[in-house]
Amino acid sequence: MAQGARDKSSGRQSYDGVVACLPVTIPYRRYSTNTAQWWLGRALRELTTRANLRPADIDGLAVSSFTLAPDTAIGLTQHFGVSPRWLDHIPFGGASGIVALRRAARAVQAGDAEIVACIAGDTNHVDSFRKTLSNFSRFAQDAVYPYGAGGANASFALITKNYMNQYGAKREDFAKLCIAQRDNALAIPFAMMKKKLTLDEYMAARPIADPVHLFDCVMPCAGAEGLLVCREDVAKSLTLPYVRVLSIIERHNAFTSDPIQTRGGWAVDIAELWSMAGLKPDAVDFVQTYDDYPVIVMMQLEDLGFCTKGEGPDFVRSHTFTNDGSFPQNTSGGQLSVGQAGAAGGLLGLVEAVRQLIGAPLGTPVRDARSCVVSGFGMINYDRGLSSGAAIIARA
Amino acid sequence: MSEPLQRPKRKNPLQRTKHPLSPPGVRSRTAHGLTAAAAEGRFALQVCEDCKTVIYPPRDCCPSCLSARLPFRDVERGGVLVAETAVQVSADPYFRERTPWRVGTVKLDAGPLIVAHLHADALEGYRVRLDLKLDKSGSAVVMALPERDTPNMADDPHLREMTCDPKFRRVLITDGRTPVGQAMAKAFAEAGAAIVFVGIADPWKPVPGFEALRKIGPVEIVPLDLTDSESVSEQAEQNGARIDIIVNTAEHVRSGGIVDRHGLTTVREQIDIRYLGLVRLAQAFGPVLRARGADGANAAAAFVNLVSVHALMNWPAYGSYSAAEAACLSAAQCMRTELRPGGIKVMNVFFGPLETEWFQTVPPPKLAPSALARAVVRGLQQGLEDVFVGDIAEDIRARLAVNPKALERELAS
Repeated sequence: MAQGARDKSSGRQSYDGVVACLPVTIPYRRYSTNTAQWWLGRALRELTTRANLRPADIDGLAVSSFTLAPDTAIGLTQHFGVSPRWLDHIPFGGASGIVALRRAARAVQAGDAEIVACIAGDTNHVDSFRKTLSNFSRFAQDAVYPYGAGGANASFALITKNYMNQYGAKREDFAKLCIAQRDNALAIPFAMMKKKLTLDEYMAARPIADPVHLFDCVMPCAGAEGLLVCREDVAKSLTLPYVRVLSIIERHNAFTSDPIQTRGGWAVDIAELWSMAGLKPDAVDFVQTYDDYPVIVMMQLEDLGFCTKGEGPDFVRSHTFTNDGSFPQNTSGGQLSVGQAGAAGGLLGLVEAVRQLIGAPLGTPVRDARSCVVSGFGMINYDRGLSSGAAIIARA
Repeated sequence: MSEPLQRPKRKNPLQRTKHPLSPPGVRSRTAHGLTAAAAEGRFALQVCEDCKTVIYPPRDCCPSCLSARLPFRDVERGGVLVAETAVQVSADPYFRERTPWRVGTVKLDAGPLIVAHLHADALEGYRVRLDLKLDKSGSAVVMALPERDTPNMADDPHLREMTCDPKFRRVLITDGRTPVGQAMAKAFAEAGAAIVFVGIADPWKPVPGFEALRKIGPVEIVPLDLTDSESVSEQAEQNGARIDIIVNTAEHVRSGGIVDRHGLTTVREQIDIRYLGLVRLAQAFGPVLRARGADGANAAAAFVNLVSVHALMNWPAYGSYSAAEAACLSAAQCMRTELRPGGIKVMNVFFGPLETEWFQTVPPPKLAPSALARAVVRGLQQGLEDVFVGDIAEDIRARLAVNPKALERELAS
């Protein structure tokens, strides 16, 4: 933090009375000829139908999408025929789910909205991925894409390589995380990757950008995720099972003087995340990390307080990560197995966490799950992911 | 250590010539500050005028103090290669043909982090020096080179993508009659060119220095008259498909201005030899040059335009000469855009008065033809786009940058 910067960390108000409910997923497809508007529309329809609401009852809307252009959230109001009094467009990729939850929570607390629908989704045409890469940001256009056009794979390869050099992580450690997530995904009907992954297959996969190999990468696909955020009494009146929001942190462009990213913005605010929730890291029953690459998962295990910086590899070696393991992680298989439906990836972990905590998981339940940490990470603008956020949510 | 480049074998005529592709060339306007530096072989980054922070990637606002005063300045090019990767899967067709392609994160001593292309001898954990290069799209990229020169380093295939090294390439010197043309032939032979075609117009006229020229190893004398469209197209039909670098050495230096000159004879000759000669060359050789931009290790690479520095500001003592040179400079700017799809660089080499008979009355400093020739070879080896050779050329460029109007007055005397 810059010298003389004011300490703004104190005085944050609690999220008492805020709940999240009605987790929905529009089943993913590898490619889709439909538009992002179509996918987001399916998610909103699923939310209203299952909550027994008319579209007009949705008075808050938060939207995240990469492939919505030339539209933003405002265009969707007319497209969908909704008239919210609170509207947000959150283009922060993998962090947008946590950011949406936080903003929506404050909106319902303050009475600016009663029911906020948080939706995130993208389509995937055969050429969308390349187009998204080349136009991702001005810094990417000027200083990343002309260097081999390897996209996020190449950028995260450099982060992974540096992390391995510094902290002694091995490909086998990343394999353990990926294989466990695959096991968790085997019960998810629409997962892109439904075949069990073995260590041999992981190690022998083709190199994408050394040391990143095929199974370290997510499969781009089309899909959408959504949930509702409201006050507890509203959820009760809708007879929807819900989870409580205990704490949320959000931080952008942290640690700018680190030469290569070895930590994310979580590390700045992590003490507050736990203290606000009144919990310690060993108290949560499972964790949903943002898993665009396994090195980022490992980084989150450190930055979210489960072990100290540099201990990630040892932590991975001493735990098991399937839903019946010692540290259930990414309980539906995460993006590495289910697929990355663009910005929906930012909501995937949160939606699955709500499912687990209300006792309605799509796959294997985590036994007696009471609380969890959900984390988001996104926007590799130049050389590092800029946005990070995390939330602790608990069974009501 | 880089593998030495092997002399390319004779091309199999049944083999399809690869269509040239360009790497992504779109940049923000600010980022083209790097392109300007790369074109001249300088390593310049933005340096905040208020807080002196060295900035990368190019920005419109200082990330330390929010200043908008961010000029590009030459900075130290040393740093450490912190992490590297080899891109094996690329979204871009140009890179797909060239994987694995190494890139890495360099921590520059001057401050910023730069994701750079890597020379084969730039190794993770070691010190490197950075260079700005124009890639085949014509936009600037940063390349990390080993800290000190290594054997055969110019032969690194990824560096060679950014340069126009004459080694094993076939060159056409368009006019071998002049001292510059002959010095050029010698310099290219020394730089390892495979064939140096040297054009001679009206071969029945005696050519001073012809015997020495003929004896230079790779030199092949060919008939070429730039004032004759037929002669130029004939030469292009004969050898166009095996010429990788063209150096236009045609000149027509005559003193005299515009008002104080009687009739059009000299002016017309100047325009015919210099401007129309360039257009004839461009039309006859340009399309095949552009089509052969990805034709193996000795792919077509460059068109070199030797142009008087007085193209940039008229020198009234040689007023009509300066005007013809200015026409050539303007044409070269057009040719740059037209040849870029083939990855062909148009290199403008600016020079002042030469140590030749046509500048007999001009006082020193004057530029030796051999020095001009060496500068051309060096510019191609570095992959430059604009080269200023000698004291006069450097002086005029510096004065022009500060105050063009003052220069106009100064050149009157």
